[in-house]
Amino acid sequence: MLRLHDLSFRYKIPLRSSVLMLITALVVTASLIFREYDELRQDLATTSGHLGRVLANTLVAPLTHDDPWRAYEIINSPFHGGASESNPQTASLVMVLDANQRVFVATDPNQYPMLSDPSRANTDFYELWQAVAKYNEPDTRAVEVRGSKAIYMVTPIISDGYRLGTLIMGYSKDAFLPRFFGIAKRAGLITLAVLVLLLPASWYWGQRFAKPLVDLAQSMGRIGKEIPDEGDVRLYESKDEIGQLGAAFKNMLQGLREKQSLEREVMLSERLAAVGRLAAGVAHEINNPLGGMLNAISTYRRHGNDDPLAARTLSLVERGLVQIKDTVSALLVESKVQSHYLTRQDIEDTHTLVQTDANRKLVRFEWRNGVDETLPLPSTLVRQVLINLMLNAIQAAPREGAVECQVEREGQALRVQVGNNGDYIPQERMEHLFEPFSSQREGGHGLGLWVTYQIVHQLGGEIVAESVPDETRFTVTLPLAEAA
Amino acid sequence: MPNAILLPALTTAGVSASIAAIARRFVPLGKAATFKEEHLDRRTFLALAAAVSASPLCAEAQTNAAMRIGLSPVFLDDQLSFLNDWRDYLQGRIGRAVRFVQRGSYREIMDLLLEQKLDFAWICGYPYVRNRARLRLLAVPVMEGRPQYQSYLIVPATDRTTNSILDLRGKVFAYSDPDSNSGFLYPRYALMQLKETPERFFARTFFTWAHRKIVEAVGSNLAQGGAVDSYVWETLRLYHPELTVRTRIVEKSPYFGHTPVVARAGVSRAEFDTMQEALLGMSQNAAGKALLKRLNLDGFVAGDDALFDGIARMMRALDARS
Repeated sequence: MLRLHDLSFRYKIPLRSSVLMLITALVVTASLIFREYDELRQDLATTSGHLGRVLANTLVAPLTHDDPWRAYEIINSPFHGGASESNPQTASLVMVLDANQRVFVATDPNQYPMLSDPSRANTDFYELWQAVAKYNEPDTRAVEVRGSKAIYMVTPIISDGYRLGTLIMGYSKDAFLPRFFGIAKRAGLITLAVLVLLLPASWYWGQRFAKPLVDLAQSMGRIGKEIPDEGDVRLYESKDEIGQLGAAFKNMLQGLREKQSLEREVMLSERLAAVGRLAAGVAHEINNPLGGMLNAISTYRRHGNDDPLAARTLSLVERGLVQIKDTVSALLVESKVQSHYLTRQDIEDTHTLVQTDANRKLVRFEWRNGVDETLPLPSTLVRQVLINLMLNAIQAAPREGAVECQVEREGQALRVQVGNNGDYIPQERMEHLFEPFSSQREGGHGLGLWVTYQIVHQLGGEIVAESVPDETRFTVTLPLAEAA
Repeated sequence: MPNAILLPALTTAGVSASIAAIARRFVPLGKAATFKEEHLDRRTFLALAAAVSASPLCAEAQTNAAMRIGLSPVFLDDQLSFLNDWRDYLQGRIGRAVRFVQRGSYREIMDLLLEQKLDFAWICGYPYVRNRARLRLLAVPVMEGRPQYQSYLIVPATDRTTNSILDLRGKVFAYSDPDSNSGFLYPRYALMQLKETPERFFARTFFTWAHRKIVEAVGSNLAQGGAVDSYVWETLRLYHPELTVRTRIVEKSPYFGHTPVVARAGVSRAEFDTMQEALLGMSQNAAGKALLKRLNLDGFVAGDDALFDGIARMMRALDARS
């Protein structure tokens, strides 16, 4: 079941603003009605106060002369002259009480016959009398009896200080109702009109306000399955709270992405290290018996007979063993080989060495050597790295393609960049790029990049491969051990 | 300046009457002081004027003055447009200005009449009988073919139980006027005949000073009973049925002489005849008939004093009791 609480902000915000508008309209209407009631009462007090004094004065003579008919005509006069029944300012009842609180005359003789006790017909008058019995000013006074449907205006009829009787004018509160209904109806219509005008606006603003939140919520919901790319996450940009939330979310995504790539690198290098240890172990184990076997063949040649079959067989065995030795020594990268420091000429030599291959394939070779001093790096190893990378690049470049090589010192490091415009390396191959025998290329044993990687790592540097269509680039950074 | 005309005229005693009449009409009392300067002080003037008005010449002087006719609420005297038309009619008939005088009660009209301040008056049979010696019967209205009317005992239409005046014991009762026959004398007489004391029979009584208002008072239930002139009730039923429909007639009295038009004793023979002729002749011409129709009357007849004997009997009976 969809609960109101669970609704999207897209609906909650406009709903809440609509409710607010309604409440405002209700409060305003209520206060208008209250004010109208107050004003009506004020008006009533003024009008009937005036009327009461005039009537009370006029009634002195009929009361003194005991002339109820004249009194009846007098109290009926406010009802004549076209005053409409619904006008709340028109009394619904006018009554004159004599000095003994009996009805002298009333506009409604059926309910209040002459000489009767008015409180018998309407209990209002009992309380009313309690309120005004002692009241002896010739001024009109408003009396509201609790639970009564009328407001009473009471004026004592006084002549020469003697109280002849009391004039009571009753105003029905029911007559106020049509006015109140009128106001409520008008207010209702205005509210409706305002709602019709404001509701679309409030829905629009609500949607606009909710959208950043909704987007953020959706982006967050995707985490777990994947980490969304920078370009995928479109968030509202602002300095307000939602904007801050979005910025924090982006930072978090960035952090997550970095962590993920770091984890991948660590895994990769650990795997390569493990493979390296294995390869080195195996190579050592093979090298010892291999050396013995090659020595044995050599000794046999020196001291042996001239049996041609044996000589041919031994030669065959020796060639196989030498091939094994080559492969093993290729696996076993020996960084502790003593060699002189790297000079500019060493680097230039590598260029010359690969020139033949490059020319054969008609590639455009762009060479830049920015090193003109001797650097504290083992020249043999650096040359091997350079040659490996350049041969790979020439190999990968298409016929009449382009290869570039750039060697330069950058601070306390040597940086080598080698690029080509051949086919790019897909992501799944990238992960196994530096593993031995991973090459799928024909003709190679797939140890070139492995050896390069091992050398770079043993020299404390790093190698990064980047490949996008039309450009594959290897960047090697080797730290310089000490000042040259 | 009237003074300029007055002074030379005063020297000729023969025309003093007309001068006095003019002076009476044009010079307000405050202005009388100006006569002093012309060797005619106020006292002399007033004495002269009094002497003149008492002389036989006075009647002649008054032929030019308006005929003053008192009207009392024995009929619907609140229809001002009708009174206007009626006055125009009478003026045309008698060749003199007519002034209608209206008062709030019968007594005030009677007082004016007896003080000679009115020439004629349409009054009730009761005050006529009481002051018969000083009045002359001029005309009696005719309704439904007879110069008589009744007193109706009415109750509110909502009252379905009252069958006689005796059922109204301890109730509020409305009289029209203490000088009314149908609205005061007769109901009290009727109660007396029933061995009741009118003053104690009802819990409360009051006067409305007009028959029409009896109908209103009873119709609105302000009074639980009332006595009303049959002529007024029937006329109201014709022109204002919304009033009569709220009342119910319980009893009708015997017939009495209709409300008479009388002349004060001092009215001249000629004036009396002219006026009588004007009233009696109303049924003879179209204009008069139209007015009579609005009055809801057949016409006026000279009438016989004996018509009012019934009222006189009731008056004597009540007078004897008190």
